[in-house]
Amino acid sequence: MDVEILSRIQFAFTVSFHYIYPPLSIGLGVMLVLMEGAYLKTGDKIYETMTRFWIKVFALIFGIGVATGIVMEFEFGTNWATYSRYVGDIFGSALAAEGIFAFALESGFLGLLLFGWNRVTPKVHFFATIMVALGSMFSAIWIVVANSWQQTPSGFHLVGNGLKVRAEITDFWAMVFNPSSMDRLSHVLVGSLLAGSFLVLSVHAYYLLKNRYVELSKKAFKIALVVASVAGISQLLTGHNSAEGVSKNQPAKLAAFEGHYDSMKAADMFLLGYVDMNKQKAYGLKIPGGLSFLLHQNFTAPVKGLNAFAINDRPKPINAIFQTYHLMVIIGMTIIGLTLFSLFLWWRGKLFSYKWLMVVFSFSVILPQLANQLGWFSAEMGRQPWVVYGLLRTSDALSKAVKANQVIFSLVLFTFIYTLLFSLFIYLLNKKIHHGFEVDVVESIPEYSKRNIAILN
Amino acid sequence: MHNILGLDYPTLWFLVIGAVFTGYAILDGFDLGAGALHLFFKKEESRRVALNAIGPVWDGNEVWLVIGGGALFAGFPEVYATMFSAFYIPFMLFLTVLIFRAIAIEFRSKEKMLWWRKTWDIIYSVSSILIAVLLGVVLGNVMQGIPIDKDFEYQGGFFNLLNPYAIITGITTLALFMMHGATYLIMKTENRLHTKLRLLAKNTSRFFVISYVTLTMATLIYLPQAAEKFRLHPYLFLLPLFTILTIINTRRLLEKGVYFKAFISSALTSALLLITVTVNLFPNIVLSTINPAYNITIYNGASSEKSLGIMLTIAAIGVPLVAAYTTFVFWTFRGKVKLDETSY
Repeated sequence: MDVEILSRIQFAFTVSFHYIYPPLSIGLGVMLVLMEGAYLKTGDKIYETMTRFWIKVFALIFGIGVATGIVMEFEFGTNWATYSRYVGDIFGSALAAEGIFAFALESGFLGLLLFGWNRVTPKVHFFATIMVALGSMFSAIWIVVANSWQQTPSGFHLVGNGLKVRAEITDFWAMVFNPSSMDRLSHVLVGSLLAGSFLVLSVHAYYLLKNRYVELSKKAFKIALVVASVAGISQLLTGHNSAEGVSKNQPAKLAAFEGHYDSMKAADMFLLGYVDMNKQKAYGLKIPGGLSFLLHQNFTAPVKGLNAFAINDRPKPINAIFQTYHLMVIIGMTIIGLTLFSLFLWWRGKLFSYKWLMVVFSFSVILPQLANQLGWFSAEMGRQPWVVYGLLRTSDALSKAVKANQVIFSLVLFTFIYTLLFSLFIYLLNKKIHHGFEVDVVESIPEYSKRNIAILN
Repeated sequence: MHNILGLDYPTLWFLVIGAVFTGYAILDGFDLGAGALHLFFKKEESRRVALNAIGPVWDGNEVWLVIGGGALFAGFPEVYATMFSAFYIPFMLFLTVLIFRAIAIEFRSKEKMLWWRKTWDIIYSVSSILIAVLLGVVLGNVMQGIPIDKDFEYQGGFFNLLNPYAIITGITTLALFMMHGATYLIMKTENRLHTKLRLLAKNTSRFFVISYVTLTMATLIYLPQAAEKFRLHPYLFLLPLFTILTIINTRRLLEKGVYFKAFISSALTSALLLITVTVNLFPNIVLSTINPAYNITIYNGASSEKSLGIMLTIAAIGVPLVAAYTTFVFWTFRGKVKLDETSY
């Protein structure tokens, strides 16, 4: 295998693994603000217990997110040096802003969140919680802006020629608000809310099934259900905006999503299906003219197909892009159905009456995780063969100084570390969940017993 | 070209990056040093106290590295691209130990089994040591220069990077962090652990002075251009002089029992060392050993003036904010470590 495919595999692997964690911390951050806010407002200890538990889970997730995130920051330079030279002028300011506004904020205050319970007043602690939640959201803003710039570059000009050509910024705000950044950012943030709220739903559904912490779990479940329902519906809107943007700015990607080779009047929209890449045709369950309608509110509006683009300027694995995209949509619809049904039951006073529903919810944490991953896969595969859309090809973006055997070495290394990391994560999360809540958290431990704890632990 | 206070944008951004990496060396320096000393503490309680002394802050300290990397990418993309692809294997190893260290800190206290804690303690300490050494090895190579061609592409292999000078720099960095970490822990501990650390501080500062003197001699042998710079500007000799003075001062303050001042003095040692490196390099950032004409300087490696201007604005807004809440967090956790139910 050559350096290009190895580097792509390594990047895809490390970024997918990383992306398990940031959406969870963003979503969980919002959940923490709501839980601790409820505690401050009502003074009910049950919310404090809930918050303390979830902060510890948050810390575990956040820790792995940071560790795997540093890998991403370094990997642009190690494996994609030509890309780094090309985009540094533009990408750099977004990354600098991310470091200084987002990472510093969240890791600075996380210490207070974890260890500050006995050192600051509840209000200061709540303030720290808000700062951590904001910090994790900011980190999404800047990285999605940078990635969106790669999809829809704007606010720049090209300088130099031959090997030395690079993009230089001309308008910072045009770069930040490039045509796709706000659609994609909202889609990512809402996806993160789903990831966080479904983790809370799953864990508390599990407790309810086991008849543990029933009162607390019902409260937490309801908070999370509200967030998940609102997010589920909003995702329809942000997803729709993103698709419209893609049809306008990256028509080849949209054609790949739906497996359309020939440009046609009245483009169909598939619900399920597959693409026969040899015959250049998609089969399956479809709504005739559906795509034209969604994009142009007209069942017979023409949509460009893949064959309208040179074979070297369009993505290759059309079926994979088609499948990842459609699976994401199907999972999204499942999430909406599940949350709306649960809201209905809540309204009828029967939310916690069905055991099977709690069984479904205790496994449901996987849904937003899958949808988030699949969505990114379709978005990034659909951008190929470009790393910067229409400007820089992925194959030209590599590090010239790096050889295939070096990438094999690091790929093996990462596979090993991440397998270990993931096993430990699952083990500790599982342990934490089984251990459950400190129902009778001692407010202030007397001095003598503090010493005992120190020795016993 | 735009300038502020007579300094043009590339120079200013060079100073910003220098400041960020100095901040990193001071902040992560003490927690890496504490990690390197970890196995010297024999009792479980001592290890927990030492770990909790860095507990609330190590993560925030590490972010300075992330900011430094981002600032380098942003301001000097040529340097970022050249260095990171040239140091491919060292950086991959660095990332590996960085991850192991983070999970060791997080996971050691999650189980009570002796073997579990011992294993994570060893991983924590060894990875702290390796991080310090690898950072030093990279620094040593930056000081010496690396074989890059006219397109700034690296032409060497992995073993070019493991040369005597780089290894001496690596050991000196480790010694610096150990000394700094011991000074920090003295401030945070009591009783027998505290007494033990005072002895460790004495020994690590000896270790540092020996390696620093060795490094200085090696610099005269391996890096004639640096010696030349010092000969042309004799006032630069004040830098190593002050470095030695801060070490003596730290020892004096520790004897007097004013631990916070001693810590500040120890931080100054790190700062002076990095300033020495910076002065040596300026206005180059990556030296080419193939041809000095291929050096990456702050001008041919920089982002556009427009971009640097934007980032200086971001830094001007962001840095005071970061400084303010970093201070707030350190202030909240001031004083001796007390273990409680939220501790590691």
